[in-house]
This record gives sequence, C-alpha cells and structure tokens, in this order.
Amino acid sequence: MTGPPRAMRGGPSCDRDSMTEPVLKLSGVTKAFGPVMANENVTLELRPGEMLALLGENGAGKTTLMSILFGHYVADSGEVEVFGRALPAGSPRAALAAGVGMVHQHFTLADNMTVLDNVMLGTESLLSPTRDTGAALTRLTGLMERFGLRVNPRAMIRSLSVGERQRVEILKALYRDARILILDEPTAVLTPQEAQHLFATLHQMVDQGLSVIFITHKLREVMAASDRCVVLRHGRVVFEAATAETSAGELARAMVGSDIPRTSRPEPRQGKEILYLDAITVRGRGATPLLDGLNLNLRSHEILGIAGVSGNGQAQLADLLSGLIVPDDGQMVIHGKRVHAPSPAAMLAHGVGRVPDDRTGTGLVADMTVLENLSTEVYRLPAFARRGIMNFKALASRARQLVQAFDIRCPSVDTPVRTLSGGNMQKLILARVLSGAPSVILVNQPTWGLDVGATAYVHQQLLDAAARGAGVVLISEDLDELLQVADRIQVMYQGSLSAPVPAAGVDRAGLGLLMSGSHASPNAATGTTARSAA
Amino acid sequence: MDILSFFLETGFWMATLRMATPLILGTLGELICERAGVLNLGIEGIMAAGCMAGWTWVYMGGDLWTGVLFAAFIGALFGLLHALFTVHLGLSQHVTGLGITMLAASLSSFVFRMLLPSATTPPKIVPFQPLAPPLLADIPVLGQILIGQTALTMVALAAVAVVSYVLYRTPAGLAVRMAGENPMAVEAQGLSVFAIRTWAVMAGSALMAVGGAFLTMSAFDAYYIGMVNGRGWICIALVVFASWKPGKALLGCLLFAAFDAIQMRVQQQSGMLIPYQFYLMMPYVFSIIALIVMSRRAAYPKALLIPFRKGER
Repeated sequence: MTGPPRAMRGGPSCDRDSMTEPVLKLSGVTKAFGPVMANENVTLELRPGEMLALLGENGAGKTTLMSILFGHYVADSGEVEVFGRALPAGSPRAALAAGVGMVHQHFTLADNMTVLDNVMLGTESLLSPTRDTGAALTRLTGLMERFGLRVNPRAMIRSLSVGERQRVEILKALYRDARILILDEPTAVLTPQEAQHLFATLHQMVDQGLSVIFITHKLREVMAASDRCVVLRHGRVVFEAATAETSAGELARAMVGSDIPRTSRPEPRQGKEILYLDAITVRGRGATPLLDGLNLNLRSHEILGIAGVSGNGQAQLADLLSGLIVPDDGQMVIHGKRVHAPSPAAMLAHGVGRVPDDRTGTGLVADMTVLENLSTEVYRLPAFARRGIMNFKALASRARQLVQAFDIRCPSVDTPVRTLSGGNMQKLILARVLSGAPSVILVNQPTWGLDVGATAYVHQQLLDAAARGAGVVLISEDLDELLQVADRIQVMYQGSLSAPVPAAGVDRAGLGLLMSGSHASPNAATGTTARSAA
Repeated sequence: MDILSFFLETGFWMATLRMATPLILGTLGELICERAGVLNLGIEGIMAAGCMAGWTWVYMGGDLWTGVLFAAFIGALFGLLHALFTVHLGLSQHVTGLGITMLAASLSSFVFRMLLPSATTPPKIVPFQPLAPPLLADIPVLGQILIGQTALTMVALAAVAVVSYVLYRTPAGLAVRMAGENPMAVEAQGLSVFAIRTWAVMAGSALMAVGGAFLTMSAFDAYYIGMVNGRGWICIALVVFASWKPGKALLGCLLFAAFDAIQMRVQQQSGMLIPYQFYLMMPYVFSIIALIVMSRRAAYPKALLIPFRKGER
C-alpha cells in the first residue's frame, strides 16, 4: 500500500553484506529506571545506506534506546560507536557532531519562533556578536530543494501543520550534516498520504548515502519501507531479520511474545436514535468557525467512527459532547430531549460517558489515587456521601470491585495514578465511565500510546458496551482502529462531517481522500476506491 | 487647567526619567531571567543588595564606577544562588525567589549595621553628578531633560538597546529565548539548558543590582534600610506589561514613573483636600489598569516556571 517493498526497489541497499563497516554500533547497552529495565544488553548495528525499522510495543524500550544514542540519557553500561569512533555518553552535542540527527516524537520546536530560528539554534558560537541569517537561509533553501522538504523559513512554527513541523525537524538534522537519521514514531501524527510522502523522502535520503533508523509499532510501515528490522520486547532484542525474509505475522508474534489477542465482534443490530446533533456551529476566535453546521446521528448498538486529520474540529466535537463548550448555533438532542444548557454535569445527567484523549490532563488527576480518580463522578451520590461527608469505606469497596472487574494493575487503590502505565490509566477511565452505564459514550483517541494487548482490551470494552445497547462516538486518527471497530465512519474536515459510510464499504485510501478534503461527497470517494481496488 | 501645567515643565520630565531609571534596569534584568524561563522574585532583595554594595564600595574609598561593577557582581552572585536552586535543582521558582529576597534584603541591612553600629543619621557619599556634555545642551527639549541626569540613567537607556540587540540579533539571545520557550529544543540542538539559564539569571540579576545601586549612588547619597520600597515588585509587573519586550519595557517604566511624578505634583498643588495616601495609590492603580489592558494578549514564554530536568520529558 505504501509503495513496493524496499528489497524489490533495487538500489544501493540491496547488496549490502557483512563486508561493509556499520556506521553505527550499539553494544551491550543496559539502562534501568529504578526497578524497571528499560534496555537490557541491547546490541544493534546500522549499515551504511540502510533503512532500519526498530519495532516494539509501547514500553518496549525503543525510545529509551534512541535517547541513549542521542545523549538524552546516559546508559548504565554499554557502548555506542558512530563511524568507528566511541561516542561520549550523555551529550547531544557530541552526537550531533558525530553526524547523528534525531527527529523526536514530541517535536523539539519553539512555537513562537520562526523555522529559521529553530534550525539555526546552536549552530553558531554563543559568543558571536551577530547572526548570519543570510547564509543560513541560503543553506536551508538549498537543503529544501535537494530533499523536496518545502516549508516557509520565515513562518512561525505555530502556524505550521504537523506534517510541516516534522519537515522542520528533519531539516534541523540535515542542516547539521546528519549522516544518520533517527525518527521516533514519525508517522504517528500523519495522514496516510503524508506518511507515504515521508517515506519517499527518507528513501531519497538513503539513496543519497544517509542511513535511517525509524521507530514504529506499525507493521504495515515496516513491511513497506524498511530494509531490515529489529524487534525489542521488554528492553531486549528478541528478533532481527531482513524485511524481505520475514512476514508481518512473524513480527507481530515477536513484538507481543504470543499470538495477538483478537476482539470478537457481535452482529450489528439496528438500534434507535439516541443522539442527534443538528447544524451545530461553534465559532472560535479565528475567521473560520471551529464547527461549521455539523450534523451527527447516533443510534444505540452502534459505534460511529470519526476520522480526520487532527485540528479539523475533533477536539471541539469532543468538548461539545463533554459539555465543555456551548454551541453558538444548532441543537443537541439526547434521547429525544433537547439539551438546553450544556455543561459537564448536564451531559453526565443525560447519560453521556466521556473518555478524553489527554489521559493525565483532563481524564485523570495524576497525583491523586486510583480510589479518588474512580470516585470523581459518584462521590456526591447519596450512597457515597451523607450530609457532605464522604463515605470512604463504600467508595473504597466500589473502587476495589472496579479494579478487579476491569483488571487495572495497581499495587492498591491508594496508589497515585501517576505511577500507572498508559494502558492501566485507560482501563481506569473506562471503569469510571462504564460503571455509570452510559447510553452515549464519547471516546477520543482511546488507544493512543497503548500496546497491542491494552488496545485489544479497549476495543473489546467498546464493542461490549455497544452490544449492551450504548451508542459510541469514537474519534480516532488511527484508520485501522476505525475500520476494525466502527460500524459507520464519518470524516471530519474543516469543522463539518461527511455523510456516514459503512465501515465495511471503505478502505484507507478512500478515507484518506476524504481526510484531505479532496472529495465533497463520500459516495464519490468510495466509488473511486472501489474502482482502484478492482 | 492650572493643575496640569507641569506637563510643560522640563523639571517634570527630568523627574520622570530619574524615577524611571531603577525601574528600567530592574525590569530589563527580570525580563532576561524570564525570557530564559526563570521567574526571579529575588529582584526586590537583589536591588537592596545592589543599593548596599554600591554605597559601601564608595564609602570604603572605592570610586563610583568600580562601585557599580561591584554591585553588579554581588547581584550576579545572588543570581547564581537563585539559579543553583531553581535551574540545577529544579526547585520552586516562587519559593526560592522569595527566599532570596528575604536573604538579600536582610543581609544588606545586617552588613550596614555591622559597619555602622551607632550611626543615627546615615553617612553620605559623593554620588554621580548630573551630566553636562557640551553638545547635549543644544538639543532643544530633549537636551534639557537629559542634561540633568546622571551617568547611570544613560547606562539604563543604553541597556535597553543592548539587551534588545543581544536578545534578537545574537546566537546567545536566540538560545536564551529558546530556553524560555522550549528547553527540549535547546537540549536537542546540543546546547546546555542549565548553562544558558544560569548565565541569563546571573546577567539579569546583575542588572537588577545596578538598578538598586542607582538609588544610593545617583538618586540619593546614602543608604536607608528598606529604600527599595517595592520597586522590585513593580518591575515584575512591568515585565508582563511589556509583553517580555525590552522596548515596551522602557515605555512601561516611563509611564509608571510619570504617574509617580504626577502624583507628587498634584499632591503639592491640591493642598489638604484629599488625603495624601490617595495620591500615593494612584500610580499603582494606573499601572494595574494599564497592565490589564496591555497584557491581555501577551505571549508569555512557554516554559516560564517549568524546571528542565535532563532525561525527563
């Protein structure tokens, strides 16, 4: 789907063998964070002109390993060699000087500064009395031409799209003459088309002699774009192979350590309408409204998937259904009753359960305990509070039941939520939401940063909730997730939704077109996909 | 209309510029610290230490300019202390800053009492004298205003231009601004966030101390306990008013000083009709109003107050 596999493309990387010296060598790298072994005796080689995929579930130690290489962390033991020379530990400056560039998953850019400022930072002596922006501009535009990474050098970072910001990150590395480029989850924030473009650029770089490591947990990308892949699990290298000689199934088993848990999907049932959004408009401060005459119909027993590139109004839709914003226009009807004054409490009272995208920001209070976080929506109910005094005994026994029922792994209910893994945090939020038996469930990016096991768990919970008769609005940027779980899919573009299409009737390419706004009518898009598939 | 005639007097404008001088230096100092991402609530105490250090140096027989340098040095030392706690140990900037203020202010008074245990009237030094450069007097109105000022006021005005140039036109300034916006970006480009923030806080604190030194070495000629009198806190508000920009900081300082000068004149002219406390309050009320108007859309440094810890994200 993302172009032919690298091994078939021919080119310099095909005939590499053990005779060429590796450009990068990690040997015996071990790093522990307290009792957790993030990396254990990891040995890894990168050959010149090679595209290496570093694969593993969340928490497998991929990012830690690359952060050690780049000098953000210092390893407890082990060595890093770049172009045959030992790299001093804990110094990004030394890594940059040795020709290693890193594109971080969370971009390291300053929003209120220009592209040029971000690129130039650290490239001139701090004691220099002036900045040579002219020369820097020439050099930067030269690099943009050479690699097809176009972005306005005078633009402020905050005005750029996520894809453009990533280009700036890559340009930062190229500007410093990186010979080895490391990309941490580079496609996590991109549309399928943007991702395809990124890999084309990376291939171009490899053809010009650079070597690339990209971190991912998406098997599709590994199979389509890499020459070789290394799988990490629990901080150890468990599998290593040329991409042409392995399969997605083999890689998946290596990542998880067993067969992937499957979600069972009940037969779709025709429910009655429970949520109705009619021409909802939310005007922001900008010129264009954030939500623009949005219509949405949700029936019970169904999961409605909302796709789209981030920033097209998904956040506002989520806030709307959470009661955090009040629409300027249009109406919201739940169970045939119009919601007159939306507020979080009103939405709860209407039976809306909310799973927000930012788990530690809006979902949970990280420094408070599991018990307290599980109690936030019920502590004022008569069962748990009398005359304003909380009944901790009842709350604790409820919390213990939920912890058991939802398999939340924590030492006790008095543990601060901060110490839980992402998967367990999400289970906690699901426990809080589903224990209230909501009839409408809003879920925003529910599997962001979760490993395969936790993802399957979340999906199963959503499917079960729908089977019990709830309607689920699933906002996600992960198309595979939508295609796998949702019954119908609508695509969000510039604040409004496309007409719904059955999930069984579309594919990634069709959704990708809708996401880029290139087709007004979803039928046309599905028509195109049907033709191209044929 | 009579009451507003002072706007036409050069004396009024001279007073405004004189009163603005310590504010300009203090605000610039605070601005540098905050641009690097460190709030420095030590400013009130550091200004007091600057008052004391500059005066003591001259009282002990040193000359005026080395006295200014000595005050800057003492300020930088307190800045280093602030940076050790807030930058290197990542402790609360509020708590540390208030601690520095109490420490520096008390230490200054303590040293003063140790030196002069029994002085009833504070001893005087010979302060900076008003400048009279030959060419300046020929400029019509501006010349008249500038000519009455001392050298430290010129230093303060020059500092606005220098700080502005360094922040926006040099690699070091870019690094400082970036450290206040996104320290991870600084780290990822191979620079040390710790070093940049430490140097910025030290430089800023040195400027604050010179602002304090102006009080004992130009505005007055002796040291009084508590003579900074809240100017440091005003500087912190002025930084917000200025949206973290040196040029606007100059404007804000002049505006506040002008209110202060008006307050004094009006108080003299209006007699006993209104209690004098009302006039004393005026500059603060006006500055609060101006602050509300000006800072509504201010883009503060994103990483202000957030300590950077290596190996965390």
